[in-house]
Amino acid sequence: MSGQGTAASTSLGTPNVTAIVFFFVFIALTLGITGWAARRTKTTSEFFAAGSKVTGFQNGLALAGDFMSAASFLGIAGLVSLSGFDGLIYSVGWLVGWPVVTFLIAEPLRNLGKYTFADVVAYRLTQRPVRIASAISGLTVVSFYLIAQMVGAGSLVQLLFHLPYEAAVLAVGVVMLAYVLFGGMIATTWVQIVKAVLLLGGASVLAVMVLWQFGMNPLRLFDKAAAMYGPEVLAPGKLVTSPVEAISLGLALMFGTAGLPHILMRFYTVPDARAARSSVFYATGFIGLFYLITFILGFGAAVLVGRDVVKGIDKGGNMAAPLLAEKVGGTAFLGFISAVAFATILAVVAGLTLSGAASLSHDLWNHVVRKGKAPEHEQLRIARIATVVLALIAIGLGILFKGQNVAFMVGLAFAIAASANFPALLLSMTWSRFSTAGAVSSMLVGTLSAIVLIALSPTIQIDLLHHTTAIFPLKNPGLVTMTLSFTAGIVASLLRPDADAARKFAEVERRIQLGARGDDGLP
Amino acid sequence: MNEERSHALVALAARRWRIARALTVSMLVTYFGFVLLVAYDKPLLGKILIPGLSLGILLGALVILVAWALTGIYVRWANRVYDAELARARVIGEAAKPTATDEAES
Repeated sequence: MSGQGTAASTSLGTPNVTAIVFFFVFIALTLGITGWAARRTKTTSEFFAAGSKVTGFQNGLALAGDFMSAASFLGIAGLVSLSGFDGLIYSVGWLVGWPVVTFLIAEPLRNLGKYTFADVVAYRLTQRPVRIASAISGLTVVSFYLIAQMVGAGSLVQLLFHLPYEAAVLAVGVVMLAYVLFGGMIATTWVQIVKAVLLLGGASVLAVMVLWQFGMNPLRLFDKAAAMYGPEVLAPGKLVTSPVEAISLGLALMFGTAGLPHILMRFYTVPDARAARSSVFYATGFIGLFYLITFILGFGAAVLVGRDVVKGIDKGGNMAAPLLAEKVGGTAFLGFISAVAFATILAVVAGLTLSGAASLSHDLWNHVVRKGKAPEHEQLRIARIATVVLALIAIGLGILFKGQNVAFMVGLAFAIAASANFPALLLSMTWSRFSTAGAVSSMLVGTLSAIVLIALSPTIQIDLLHHTTAIFPLKNPGLVTMTLSFTAGIVASLLRPDADAARKFAEVERRIQLGARGDDGLP
Repeated sequence: MNEERSHALVALAARRWRIARALTVSMLVTYFGFVLLVAYDKPLLGKILIPGLSLGILLGALVILVAWALTGIYVRWANRVYDAELARARVIGEAAKPTATDEAES
């Protein structure tokens, strides 16, 4: 497929020796880390929370690693290369959730919970119904996110390494399984750190090589793009049409971050609230820098590679960054960036699987089936079984959804996270009268309304099913579903109050401040 | 738990939520201000300030910087003021009631 229908030739899609070498170095390094981590993973606390021994800086990198998916690296660079300014709207939206996580979520979560966000919601409520509801919403978010990543991985690896799609999905699934199954959170954290450093480092080097040609001045690069493609590349384009649509998307991006189970889980890996808050500060800095760099890469690809070439390889523009790497650094650098993109997917998928396993083992098995009395070794065994099951499901879904347009699934995951997980988390920490009925209604209403409204939205009805109209007008339902979820939570709490839970609120407030001082007081 | 300590902790918790709320609202206003400008006044954001730099790109980059700065402000406040006050509130309790720790009560 190299060079077909395009003026410039590229070695993209042909086996690249550097890519394969870098890729195997990465796999060897991370499996080495996994072996080291496996010897340190003997308890559930080590498996799910790395024994809470990760430092704030390390967790900051790992959070950034969890969040900077290949979709955002390749997707935003591609969007910027093809439409200019509009890519920045997404970058900004994805970043502004992090301050909210810092202010409202990180510290209380660290001090109230143990392994999952359900620990916090269920803290003073009736365990079983709340755990079941949060497992439903949490696992739904993880599943949609996982499908999007697996399908992305398959197509990306197919394009970059010329492997068959199924083999690529299987490879991602098996390597990820090895990380999580043997090394748990310790291995997953270090894989995220290695990947974050590689991705930030690789993207920065690429940006410097691009800017080198423009006297290290990004404005000269933007100016050149405006000269080539018209001044509209520097202005808002077609992405945001109606203000309501823009606010709805913005809400889902902003509060979705604060409701992603695999991100929330990372706050349990640090020793205390102080480390939790500083880790988000580092993560926000890394992610913000990454998005600014990606913006430069997009413009670099538009100017140096050319829009026609970018579109010729992949209509969505997803290959803009790798093509740019080849243009400025040759085949070897293309290989390096390709390997980094693959490593990125592996790390994100590992983080997602671990959070799914925590929900199955800690929330559903221990708290629902065994009423909180499962012995340590049993919880660990269930966690590992859950990991294997989730990896098989991920591989299966990845193959099932081959060739499908699954980009909307990330949006769906954010919409559910913002409307099912975030309202329940916030209300449980701030409103004394939030009751069991309120929590369950809020999470179920948020999950169901997000799924139903996306199914009825133009994204599915018009883009995917090619109907002429959609029943629900908004592409992202965040505005409606968050309102529904908060309303359901408040109304149900007032109709079916929980006197016991209200009494325990003082304890929650104190625990948010002082922490557990050991794990003895946990429900 | 002893009264004085309890009051100090409740007041401190309220103060932390107040600051967290104010910063969250600042972030919301900044971000949705940007998004609404994008939605309502595209020509304004397309205005070129100096060659290569439109108002939109400048504001977008600024929102990213503001997000990071607000996070920094909170972390600085929490590290310096909140943690210190929390440590002080803990001491109040321990000075008044040196032998019993309230860990056993709840």
